[in-house]
Amino acid sequence: MSAPLLQIDSLSASAGGTPLLHGVSLSVNAGEVHAIMGPNGSGKSTLAHVLAGRPGYLITGGTVRFDGADLLALPPEERARAGLFLGFQYPVEIPGVSNAYLLKAALNARRRQRGEPEIDAFDFLNLVRERMRTMHIDDALLTRGVNEGFSGGEKKRNEILQMLVMEPRLALLDETDSGLDIDALKIVGHGINSLRAPERAVVVITHYQRLLDYVVPDQVHVLARGRIVRSGNRSLALELEQRGYDWLLEAATAGA
Amino acid sequence: MSSNPELSALFNRGYQHGFVTDIESDTVPPGLDESVIRLISAKKREPKFLLDWRLRAFEHWRTMREPHWAHLHYPPLDYGAISYYSAPRPKGDGPKSLAEVDPKLLETYAKLGVPLHERARLAGVAVDAVFDSVSVATTFKERLAEAGVVFCPFSEAVISHPQLLEEYLGSVVPYTDNFFATLNSAVFTDGSFVYVPPGVRCPMELSTYFRINAAKTGQFERTLIIAAAGSHVSYLEGCTAPMRDENQLHAAVVELIALEDAQIKYSTVQNWYPGDAQGRGGIYNFVTKRGECRGRNSRISWTQVETGSAITWKYPGCVLRGENSVGEFYSVATANNFQQADTGTKMIHIGANSRSTIVSKGISAGHGQNTYRGLVKIMPSARGARNFTRCDSLLLGPQCGAHTFPYIETRNPGATVEHEASTSRISEDQLFYCQQRGLSTEDAVNMIVSGFCRDVFRELPMEFAVEAQNLLAVTLEGAVG
Repeated sequence: MSAPLLQIDSLSASAGGTPLLHGVSLSVNAGEVHAIMGPNGSGKSTLAHVLAGRPGYLITGGTVRFDGADLLALPPEERARAGLFLGFQYPVEIPGVSNAYLLKAALNARRRQRGEPEIDAFDFLNLVRERMRTMHIDDALLTRGVNEGFSGGEKKRNEILQMLVMEPRLALLDETDSGLDIDALKIVGHGINSLRAPERAVVVITHYQRLLDYVVPDQVHVLARGRIVRSGNRSLALELEQRGYDWLLEAATAGA
Repeated sequence: MSSNPELSALFNRGYQHGFVTDIESDTVPPGLDESVIRLISAKKREPKFLLDWRLRAFEHWRTMREPHWAHLHYPPLDYGAISYYSAPRPKGDGPKSLAEVDPKLLETYAKLGVPLHERARLAGVAVDAVFDSVSVATTFKERLAEAGVVFCPFSEAVISHPQLLEEYLGSVVPYTDNFFATLNSAVFTDGSFVYVPPGVRCPMELSTYFRINAAKTGQFERTLIIAAAGSHVSYLEGCTAPMRDENQLHAAVVELIALEDAQIKYSTVQNWYPGDAQGRGGIYNFVTKRGECRGRNSRISWTQVETGSAITWKYPGCVLRGENSVGEFYSVATANNFQQADTGTKMIHIGANSRSTIVSKGISAGHGQNTYRGLVKIMPSARGARNFTRCDSLLLGPQCGAHTFPYIETRNPGATVEHEASTSRISEDQLFYCQQRGLSTEDAVNMIVSGFCRDVFRELPMEFAVEAQNLLAVTLEGAVG
C-alpha cells in the first residue's frame, strides 16, 4: 500500500503561549473521508488552521507530510497550490473583488503548479457555471464581491464552490455544515461527494453527525483538549450523537 | 500586519520611468522676472492680449504668499532657483510632422509606452506629447480635423485660434485664483488645447502625455478644453519624470468648459517621480483643475489615479452653473514611503437640480500621509441640488496616516447632501484567505487594493484602467510591513 496522502505525527502547537494541540497523530489515505468531531474548544479549528499554515501558531513538535512533502515547511499559498484546501468556518468578505476574479486566480494558481497554462476565459466560465449549478448558486454571485453581503448559507456554499473549482487533493472542511438549513446541508453534502475520487481525500470537521448522513466517513476521530481521544468508524459518530462527549472527556482525563 | 514576515519582505521594483533623455535643450537661466515672461511669450509668438494677461498675473503673483493650509510639510520653495522654460533644441525650423521629430524624443515616448507613430498607437487614442516646456508631437490631427475637433498644443492654438483663447482662457480659473495658478498664468509654456464643435461626439480618446526631463526646471502646462453645445469628449492625461535627488515643481492649470448638453470626461493617471524610499527627491505637484458646467444638462467627470509625486496638492472641481448639470469626481490617491497627498474636489452647486457625486479612495503605506479635502457648496439658487460623497481610506502598515476634511456649506434648505466615510486595513484574515486560495501575499494585497479601488477604476477608459491597476501594484510594492 502506498504512503498516506496526509500523515500527521505527534503534532503539537500553541498560540500566544497557550498550548492547543498535544501530540495529534492522524493518517488519511487518498480516497478516504475522515470526520473529526469534538466539543467546542477541543482544537479542531486549530488543527485545520495549523495544517493550512495560518500565521499566529507556533509548532512545538511533530511532523506533517502531505503527498510526500514536509507540509509545515511550506508557506500557506504553496500548501494551497499543492492541493490542500481549507473550507473556512467564517469566510471573509473581500469588497470590490469579484467572486469570479478570485475563483480564476485560485484555479490558475493550481494549474501553474501542475505545469498547465492559465485557463481560457470561456472554458473558465463553462467550468464555473457547471459547478455553480451543482451548488445551486445563482449566476449573479459571480460578479458580486467575494462573500460581500452573502447570507451565511451562501458563504458556505461558496466555499464548496471554490473547492470544486480548485479540485484539491485534500479538502479540510471546518464546520462547513454549521448554520445550514436542511436543504443547504444536502446541497453541500452533494457538492462534497461530487469531489470524492480515489486520488482525493476529505477531512470534515463538525460538531454534529447530521452532515455525515450525506457524506459518509470511512473514519471518525474525536478530538478533545488537543488530543485525539478515540477513533472509530461511522458508528462512533452515531454513538456520540446518543451519548454526547462527556464520557470520552472523562476517559481522556482519567488516561492523562 | 507585523506578524506576517512575508509582508515586510515584498520586493521593490521601484519607479519604472526614472531615466533621463540626453538631448540638447534651450533652457533659460533660473529666476523669474518680467523679462522671462516676455521671452516665453515672444518664443511662442503670442498675441498682445496674452502677454498682457501673463504680466497682470505676474504682478498679482508678487503680492501673494505660498499657501500652507494643506496637510503637507516641505521646506520653502525657492522660486528664484527654478528655470521657467526648457525645450528640446529643434533641428532646423522645428518639426512639421512626426517624421521630423527628433528620434531621441520618439524613443523616449516609446520607452514610456507611448509610441507616437500613428500606426503603433492604439487606434482609438490621439496623443499630444509634452516634453518639459513644449509639445513635441500630436498624433491623428487630420482624422480629428475631419470631425471638426481641434486638438493641438496650446502654443499652436495661440496662433490658430486666438479668439477662442481670448474668450475662454482664465474664465474658469482666473489668473487671480490661487498662488500656484497665478504663477502658472504668468509663466505657462505649453499644454493641450481641445475644442469640440456643437453636436460632435469626438471620434477618439484624446490624451496628453506630460514628461519632465530637464533638471532644475519647473513644468507649468496649461490645458483648456471647450465642449460646445451637445458635444462629447473623453480626455486622458499621463505624466512621468526622471529620478532626481532634488525636488521639482509642477504647477499646472486645467480648465474645462461644458456648454449646454455637453459632456467632458477627464481622466488622469499621475505618476510623477515620487522620490526615493527615504523621501529624497520627487515632484511637487501643485495643480489647479476646474471645470465649469456652463450650460443646462452639461456634465463634467473627473477621474484621477494619483500614484506619483512627493507632494500632491490638487482639487479638481466642478462649478455646476447650468440647470440639471452633473459633476463627478472619482479618485484613487496613494501615498507610500514619504509621499504626501492632499487631494479632493470642490463641487459648487449654482444651477437648480444640479447633482454631484464624489468617490474618493485613499491608500496610505509606509510613512505616507494621505488627506482627502473636499468642499460641497450649495448656493441659494441651487434648489433641488444633490450631492453624494463617499470617502474611504485604506491603511497598509502602522506608520502611515489618513485624514479627511470634508467641508459642506449649504445655503439652500432644499438640497440633499450625503457623506459616507470609512477607514480600514487589510486584515490578516483577508490575506490568509487569499493565500489559502493559492495567491502570493503580493498578489493578495494587489487584489484586495484593486477591489478597494474598483468603483474608481471602472470609470477609467479601458486603455487606462489596466495601466492604472498595474501602476498601483508597482507603487505599493514593498508597502506592507
